[in-house]
Amino acid sequence: MSNQTQVKMESWQETAQRTAQNIRLRVLDHVLKNNGGYMSQACSSAELLSVLYTRVMNLGPSISPMIPPPFSGVPSKDNPNSFTGAGYNGAKAPHLDRFIFSPAHYALVLYSILIETGRMSPEGLEQFNQDGSTVEMIGAEHSPGCEVTSGSLAQALSQAAGIALARRLRGETGWVWVLLSDGELQEGQTWETLATLSAYRLDNVGIYVDVNGQQCDGTMQEVMNMEPLASKLEAFGARVFEVDGHDVEALAAPAALAPDGRPLVVLARTDACRGLDVMRARAPKFHYLRFTSEEERQSYQKVYQQMCANTEE
Amino acid sequence: MEILTKVYAKTLADWSADKPEVVVFSADLTSSVEADIFKAKYPERFFSMGLTEQNMHSMAGGMAREGFFPYIHTFAVFIYRRAYDQICDSIAYPNMPVRMIGFLPGILTPGGITHQAIEDVAIMRALPNMTIFDIGDVTEIETCLDVIQAVQGPVYVRMLRGEVPRLFDKNEPFKFNTARHLTHGDDITLFSSGICTEEAMRATAILHERGVSINHLHISTLKPFTDPAVVEAAAQNKHGVITFENHSIIGGLGSSVAEVMAENGIGRKLVRLGLPDVFAHGASRPHLMKEYGLDALALTRAVEKLIGKDLNITESDLSAVRLQETHSAAKAEAL
Repeated sequence: MSNQTQVKMESWQETAQRTAQNIRLRVLDHVLKNNGGYMSQACSSAELLSVLYTRVMNLGPSISPMIPPPFSGVPSKDNPNSFTGAGYNGAKAPHLDRFIFSPAHYALVLYSILIETGRMSPEGLEQFNQDGSTVEMIGAEHSPGCEVTSGSLAQALSQAAGIALARRLRGETGWVWVLLSDGELQEGQTWETLATLSAYRLDNVGIYVDVNGQQCDGTMQEVMNMEPLASKLEAFGARVFEVDGHDVEALAAPAALAPDGRPLVVLARTDACRGLDVMRARAPKFHYLRFTSEEERQSYQKVYQQMCANTEE
Repeated sequence: MEILTKVYAKTLADWSADKPEVVVFSADLTSSVEADIFKAKYPERFFSMGLTEQNMHSMAGGMAREGFFPYIHTFAVFIYRRAYDQICDSIAYPNMPVRMIGFLPGILTPGGITHQAIEDVAIMRALPNMTIFDIGDVTEIETCLDVIQAVQGPVYVRMLRGEVPRLFDKNEPFKFNTARHLTHGDDITLFSSGICTEEAMRATAILHERGVSINHLHISTLKPFTDPAVVEAAAQNKHGVITFENHSIIGGLGSSVAEVMAENGIGRKLVRLGLPDVFAHGASRPHLMKEYGLDALALTRAVEKLIGKDLNITESDLSAVRLQETHSAAKAEAL
């Protein structure tokens, strides 16, 4: 786990890989303890979030409490105490990047990366999905790591575009990074936004898409095929890179390029069962893992113990 | 009575001159929604969003988070019907100061069902954090922007364009959550809003001549709806209360008055005039106002019914009290 002693200096690649594996372990541990959770999202996006937080994004240290505060009410002019989860991604500053998290059902994965990168305490996760907590199952803008309320998919990308336009007007140099899930590419609003990003040449926006090919009802292929994604995105004016979403170097490379006027889109091709082969038996539905029997739970428990042993080696 | 044109366009451009934080978003209807002077004067603060209403609303929410004040301009109907989910999550929930300026509310457009915002107040009123204004004349157009800008949160405005009459004194500016008391009387209390106020003023003039006194209040803040003058007026009348609005009778001014009366235990009859829970269709403003009972004659009929007396008021009586000659020259609204 994250607190293990490092015997030698890690390369950034090793850090990213170790962090990704720790995300899977932490999410699986949570799913085992709570008999359910968004497991496949952790398997597919672990490297993606790990690379974003440990390599790509230029974020300041968290300015929020290590243990998230309880829910303090919704935003309104009469509530000065409403809380924003954005502080876990650091202070806002002209030169610093921003992170806009779109697939709200990936919240457990987001909380895990915050823990792995020292932005939130592991105890914070004990509040997950508890009444009165901000560590919600479907994150909203009061949830750690969330700046906008994105549970209705495709709205986060537009809000990120608004933030990017404002930052452009103010001459700020920081990027706006967005994590999208591939299912969101079915929403019309996503394409409205891509057209707008291109028209306004907002190349301070970088979009990472977890292309795991999965959605609630099954595979995207069956539910509503959106392939070929790259040529569609390119037709909308995006600068598109298709990479192996579990290869940390390939994930990080596009973000190092100088902007060229086009919004950056990285299609991270991922495997919804990566690192957890036992889950393949549930094909084609991976959206939410809930154990149907004690026997099944035990089989995952065994895998978890093996994964822990491998990590410690 | 004075009739002026392009009042909003000029007001917006003048008012925003010293406000660099005010930006305008437009969805391909820039001159139709009188954002054209702003666009010409401040091109760096004007953003053409094309026909991307969903993206435009969420993007405005994002920009408002950064300290800007986005003023969205399009037809009223394309705001709440096309982008309701975006208004809810990207603007209303985070209480962002996005100002949605909706043009051609109700039957003001001949564009038919697809262009007529007839349930916008009902929809937007149900959203927490939302403030709603319904503009009634030139004076209100000229003086509403400071009031809109002072609201800490999202605002939806039913705005008037083109040729608009001045009904209210130039020196009596738009006031937040404050009814305008137009006539005093004790027979009937009348609450009107938007373009119905002009019709109501025509009707009350002749009703007074026929011995029926109307306590007439013009309402321009539809949410919040907490002006104590409304409660007081609703309770003080011999025959009952009438609401008169360019909107469905469900969910708008009529419903708001009904709620206030019930909550305050005011046991009076209430007649709601407006679109009687039907869709309208494409036709001219005078035609639709007559067809759906939004004109002065419809109001006098409702008054007669409430007091139980035929006042023999005819359409020609009402046109005789028309408040201005210039108005007849007003052209039908085009798209």
